[in-house]
Amino acid sequence: MSLFFFGYFAAMIVATSILVVALRNPVYSALSLLVMFFHVAGLFVTLHAEFLAAVQIIVYAGAILVLYLFVVMILNVKQDDRYHSQWRIAGFVCVPLLIETMILLAGGTGARTTGTQTGLAPAAETIAPDNTLAIGQTLFSTYLFPFEVASLVLLVAMIGAIVLAKREIGEQDNPGPLVQTKVAE
Amino acid sequence: MTIPISYYLILSGVVFLTGVVGVLIRRNIIAILLSVELMLNATNINFVAFSDYFRDLGGQVFVFFALTVAAAEVAVGLAIIIALHRSRSTINIEEFNLLKW
Repeated sequence: MSLFFFGYFAAMIVATSILVVALRNPVYSALSLLVMFFHVAGLFVTLHAEFLAAVQIIVYAGAILVLYLFVVMILNVKQDDRYHSQWRIAGFVCVPLLIETMILLAGGTGARTTGTQTGLAPAAETIAPDNTLAIGQTLFSTYLFPFEVASLVLLVAMIGAIVLAKREIGEQDNPGPLVQTKVAE
Repeated sequence: MTIPISYYLILSGVVFLTGVVGVLIRRNIIAILLSVELMLNATNINFVAFSDYFRDLGGQVFVFFALTVAAAEVAVGLAIIIALHRSRSTINIEEFNLLKW
């Protein structure tokens, strides 16, 4: 039964992630990424990470993807989006990576029979039933300093986004292409 | 029955490679940022799978931090895209060759 759920989530994640790369329209790419986020959240639930599944939906699907759609619709991109002209170079990079992954996976299945006793064995104790409580206690005891640094990162990103995207003070009399497209419609 | 950890690694590797291909072949900057999100999600799947495997909550806490960094990256990246679109009125990556050799 768990294998069935894993197969469903994995197939949907792979299919939608390929659609994100393959679709021409950025809005469709963002929407298929939304479907992928929901299935990743489902995969987190099967991995006993319920709090992270909720956070995945709230933050990724609720905040980040809305920001993407907002920018896509502000910029109003209509032109044809072909693939990059350097896709041959991309092929030269990606095909060896793929082959390397295959080799690593093939080697991993061979070494797994001997590697299980050496130190990769799963720990015996079970995860606490209250996932949110356990994460909160870990976050505010062991990882307290990284937590504070993460809040600083968010503050810096907020200030940086405002500084980068705002207009200059004397720029109102010269509307950018953003305003012109809105007026033209 | 339980899922072997290698299945999660294969899934995460496939999603990560899809993201790498997307970053390399797309010309739309927004599609490139979406592919970066794909790569971040692949690492998140890896973290949570190992967190469940080793019964250690550190992996889930690191997914939390990766999510923070993803949010910051999206905010700054989209601000840069808006500034670029304002100065060049395009978001095609091949038009931005000012820093190219």
